Amino acid sequence: MRMKVFRGMLFLIGIVICLPVLALALGALKSERELSDALGAVIGASGGKVSWHLLPFYPTGEHFWELLFYTPEFFTVFWNSVKIVGCILLGQMLVAIPAAWAFAKFSFRGRGALYTVYVILMLLPFSVMLLPSYLALHGMRLLDTHLAVILPAVFSTFPVFLMYRSFCAVPKELYEAAKIDGAGEWQIFFRVGLPLGSPGILSALVLGFLEYWNMVEQPLAFLPTASKWPLSLYLPEIDLQRAGMALAASVITLIPAVFVFFMGQDYLERGIVSSGMKE
Amino acid sequence: MVKLSRRWTCIWRSKIWFLLPGLVGVTVFALLPFADMAIRSFSNGIGNYRTVSGNGAFQLAVCNTLRFAGIGIPILLVFSFFVALGIYKSKWMRFLKSIYLLPMAVPTAVLVLIWKAFFHKAGLFNQLLAVFGIREIDWLGSEAAFWTLIISYIWKNLGYTVVLWIAGMMSVPESLAEAARVDGATERQCVRYVVLPQLKPVFYTITMLSFLNSFKVFREAYLVAGAYPQKSMYLLQHLFQNWFTNLEIDKMAAAGVLLAVFFVGCSLALQRLWGGMN
Repeated sequence: MRMKVFRGMLFLIGIVICLPVLALALGALKSERELSDALGAVIGASGGKVSWHLLPFYPTGEHFWELLFYTPEFFTVFWNSVKIVGCILLGQMLVAIPAAWAFAKFSFRGRGALYTVYVILMLLPFSVMLLPSYLALHGMRLLDTHLAVILPAVFSTFPVFLMYRSFCAVPKELYEAAKIDGAGEWQIFFRVGLPLGSPGILSALVLGFLEYWNMVEQPLAFLPTASKWPLSLYLPEIDLQRAGMALAASVITLIPAVFVFFMGQDYLERGIVSSGMKE
Repeated sequence: MVKLSRRWTCIWRSKIWFLLPGLVGVTVFALLPFADMAIRSFSNGIGNYRTVSGNGAFQLAVCNTLRFAGIGIPILLVFSFFVALGIYKSKWMRFLKSIYLLPMAVPTAVLVLIWKAFFHKAGLFNQLLAVFGIREIDWLGSEAAFWTLIISYIWKNLGYTVVLWIAGMMSVPESLAEAARVDGATERQCVRYVVLPQLKPVFYTITMLSFLNSFKVFREAYLVAGAYPQKSMYLLQHLFQNWFTNLEIDKMAAAGVLLAVFFVGCSLALQRLWGGMN
């Protein structure tokens, strides 16, 4: 009996956790009128209380229509986000996968020390790196370009760390056998390392996508021009008088993230676990 | 000519190309700039460090950040532990895990309007509390803003922490619990005396990771309440951001080095828990 109540509580907590997302998704279908009545207090148009009914009275797709056909700046910002996240992930894969393989399979002098440096860099909060990155980007004249956000992220050491752990699980005998059969280092990497390390690579991709789709600090500091912003900075700037549009834009931003989340949930969990445990 | 080309092939085939591109990037974008900052921080001896440590905004921000970690993390750890205990071995485990993890996928900016509707003075949260007879609280404009931040931190990180706890519980050998049960231990005793002691190393890593993640609440705080929020949610990240806007480079450099030293300590401790390299 006690257990049942406990389990029931777990579902209740689950519902509470999902509530904000549900409120958003259903809210985007509400009419402008209904929204301004509901949010009057927040927008500052009227006094009174916020009155939010989860289900819309008269569901309408008008905000999505308006957003997709009459708001060209939304497209610019959406593509900014796609471009930034795409370039970061592509760059990370090119740079981090071989590096992780090198840490896992080669032994060279200073390997342990270098790895420790990588771990420290991965754990430093952005605040610490704000000024150094700014000085570097300023020196390279990259400020206010997308590269200012992309390049430092490409060389993030977190994916190296995640993939290192999955490459370590590749049996040493396999590596040695391939070597005896006369395979070159790169051949072993492509034929043995990549296929066997793919779960770690996918974990890094899923975690990376969710992280960079939600990037706030870096563009805030390095992209002063609003037309270069990604979605995560643009959304809060939408005028609250147009709450419907803000909600619709939020839903469209949410869709790719939720898609990646559900497709990659196993890899996400794997990534979380291997970022937290020794294996 | 042949000799030369052979030499190039040799270099080309060398293992160094695996690591070099990344290492160059890390050096250019992180290590050298950081060294640059460290040197700048001593531009007038330890004067910058004196200025920073005597700075009222810095003290406030450090206090708030530590207070946030000191209150938020224990709540998160205990709460997520019980949730993990409930989900673990349940046939609904996969489903519940996805629900709890969902907030990880939700970009902060997406929910700004919803948070405002929830936490506004005339908002939904207060209306809910009113049902229980609790007076109206200004969740964004008073001391309570701190708790708004804690709530959104827990909302966002619950799933992450639950997944870690469950992974830890899975690694406890079933035979141990089994043996205790045979000896007549109740389910609760089993958890208290068998599972819990085994989870000690997991507990340390989770604490450390939660601490590191606690630095990400800045996004919520900034997007909902702006660059100068209510005093109780003014965090170190706000301070850095505002110093950055005003280009107070000396102060930033000194504070950045201080923060980095602190984090290097944390990282080394964490690495010890992971057991280093194999």
